[in-house]
Amino acid sequence: MTDRFGDSLSRRNLLRSGGAALIAPVLASPALSQGQSDVIRIGHLTPRTGFLGPLGEFAVQAAQLAVEEINASGGISGRKVELLAEDSVNPQTASAKAERMVQRDRVACLVGEINSASALAISQVALREKVLFINTGANSDALRGADCKRFMFHVEAQNTMMVRAAGRALVDKGLIKGKKVYALTADYAFGHDLLKQAKKFFAANDATIAGEDLIPTELTDFSPFLLKLRQGRPDLVICNLSGTQITNFLKQYSEFGLPYPVAGFGFDTALAWGAGPGNFLGTWPVIWHHQVDSPSAKKFVAAFRAKYKKPPENQGWGDYTAMKIVAQSMNDLKSTESIKIVEHLEKGATFDIAKTREGYFRPWDHELMQEMYAITALPAEQVKNPYDIFTATGPLPGPGESLEVLATTRDENACTFPA
Amino acid sequence: MQLVFILEQVLNGLLIGVQYLLIALGLSLIFSLGGIVNLAHGAFYAIGAYLTVVLTPTIGFGGALVASPLLVAILGLVIERFLLRRFYRGDPTLGLLLTFGLAMVAEQALRMAFGAAPLPYGIPTWLRGQVFIGDLIYSRYRLSILVVALACVGGLWLLLTRTSFGRVVRAGVQNPDMVAALGISLRPYMTAVVTLAVGLAALAGTMMAPVTGVQPAMGAEILTFAFVVVVIGGLGSFWGVVLAALIVGVVRGLTAYAYPPATEAAVYALMVLVLLLRPRGLFGEQIARFE
Repeated sequence: MTDRFGDSLSRRNLLRSGGAALIAPVLASPALSQGQSDVIRIGHLTPRTGFLGPLGEFAVQAAQLAVEEINASGGISGRKVELLAEDSVNPQTASAKAERMVQRDRVACLVGEINSASALAISQVALREKVLFINTGANSDALRGADCKRFMFHVEAQNTMMVRAAGRALVDKGLIKGKKVYALTADYAFGHDLLKQAKKFFAANDATIAGEDLIPTELTDFSPFLLKLRQGRPDLVICNLSGTQITNFLKQYSEFGLPYPVAGFGFDTALAWGAGPGNFLGTWPVIWHHQVDSPSAKKFVAAFRAKYKKPPENQGWGDYTAMKIVAQSMNDLKSTESIKIVEHLEKGATFDIAKTREGYFRPWDHELMQEMYAITALPAEQVKNPYDIFTATGPLPGPGESLEVLATTRDENACTFPA
Repeated sequence: MQLVFILEQVLNGLLIGVQYLLIALGLSLIFSLGGIVNLAHGAFYAIGAYLTVVLTPTIGFGGALVASPLLVAILGLVIERFLLRRFYRGDPTLGLLLTFGLAMVAEQALRMAFGAAPLPYGIPTWLRGQVFIGDLIYSRYRLSILVVALACVGGLWLLLTRTSFGRVVRAGVQNPDMVAALGISLRPYMTAVVTLAVGLAALAGTMMAPVTGVQPAMGAEILTFAFVVVVIGGLGSFWGVVLAALIVGVVRGLTAYAYPPATEAAVYALMVLVLLLRPRGLFGEQIARFE
């Protein structure tokens, strides 16, 4: 043992490994040494490992697709766009990486995130450095209210919009009024906020809470909660879980064959695909899905399918849309300056967001006003392929309504940007 | 709370415990015989699950239940032959680094090949449904895998205690130099132990594929608890690991039922408690070369 150790530390080996250590960083970041000024860098941060990793993968793939399309159509004012994409891991790492991207890599703006706590951390860096940050996946209302920032915009819907979109479908199905609900909630910032909004909705619509549990994100076995559901005998199970939790829950719920209808207020289609036909059940809100009937949605789905051999899901839509919004704004303004883009978006610029109606950002909380959808699982025997496993409502709000009816009002979720 | 619900929750805990057990037994064997802390053990669990998803369309779940662990065991054999073998009785840090690297390579390889999103997979139709015994309602699938897993554990115990193979392995754990002095080379035994251990981890992966998300990080998620089980059970003790796995499973299950936020903490608190009272684990043996 000691011999072997002695060998490995010989002078020659030491030099060899030392040399390798010197060369490695040079090989790893060739982008820094060339063409500093003729590219526009956009920093992309999102969780790519852990329980949100499956969604992060769609986010990165869609962002890359968007960049390819932007560059193919001439880039931004003739300059090529370069995407710097990294795993945001957790709030601390997200903050450190955001800072490095801004200070060292000189990114023009930051795009991404799914985790509400990490999005808050990035938004603090964005505000301090006066760099635009477009949040593509974090839902908590607080990010649009108490924690709102002048330099942060939200392509992702707030929790209240998700609750009210799915809530409409559930009220229509007669599952809410006068019913007993059991709520399972992801135990972190997103879940806590979602539960709060869900409770407001239940109270306003005459539903009572028969039981509730906060579930740690690292838990993979749901059998204890299935047992509690059986004891509680609710009229409706509300699953406000997150990431791979949803897949595990759906699989085990169908394993135990419980009879109660299932619904949830937070959802991503990749997780339904992961559960598989027959396991996926219930009614859920989505900000977008691959069957949306609009020309730009069809174009996005076709391009994504051609590149990645699978349809995009809602998280992919968020990052694709954000990249397109950034590029279009910079081209319209002929500037990459963050404060100018902030002012442009606050003035109510409209964008084709692969839905029926165009979207715009509300100036006072920076939330993208847009249509949403509620999807309901198809019975296993009607499923023809692993992706088309649900039916969707038409756009919510409907064609005659204001796009703002689902979102919080100023009174419900006040946001002030310090001058 | 009715008794029947407690009973069901104990059953749920046992099921989780049995999955930890299939992984922990392998970990414990590889460590006590080869001196290697195999951080790649969870990866074999994940590969087993993925292989099951891939094989099911052609040979069905029944076929995959046999084929997937066998194929992964062969992979384990190759890795033992060309990589692990170089690190027995060497500086433990090197083995640790090697297996840590292997675990990362495996997880990323799965991510590159199959994507980060969970693969769709469900319980085969012939195992779906519930079993009713009086007031007790239980998933037929879970009962089936409980039986399979317990049969494997029983088989392993017989192999280790009732065969000449098992005698050499146990002697090798206690005193490898003496075994060598008797003219027995431990090498083929080590190869067999690693192959067997890897196969068991893959079997656990195969059996969990229908009820948990088949995604790249699944191996890393279960490995931590398998380690806790080995530590609580005590090194080199078969029944210590068995008992620890079942206790950890039940403690996790009951805490999740009573107070979900403390689920993970309860397991670590249990480990601290055991280590304070019995530093070698529940039934840990005194192994001279690790003291």
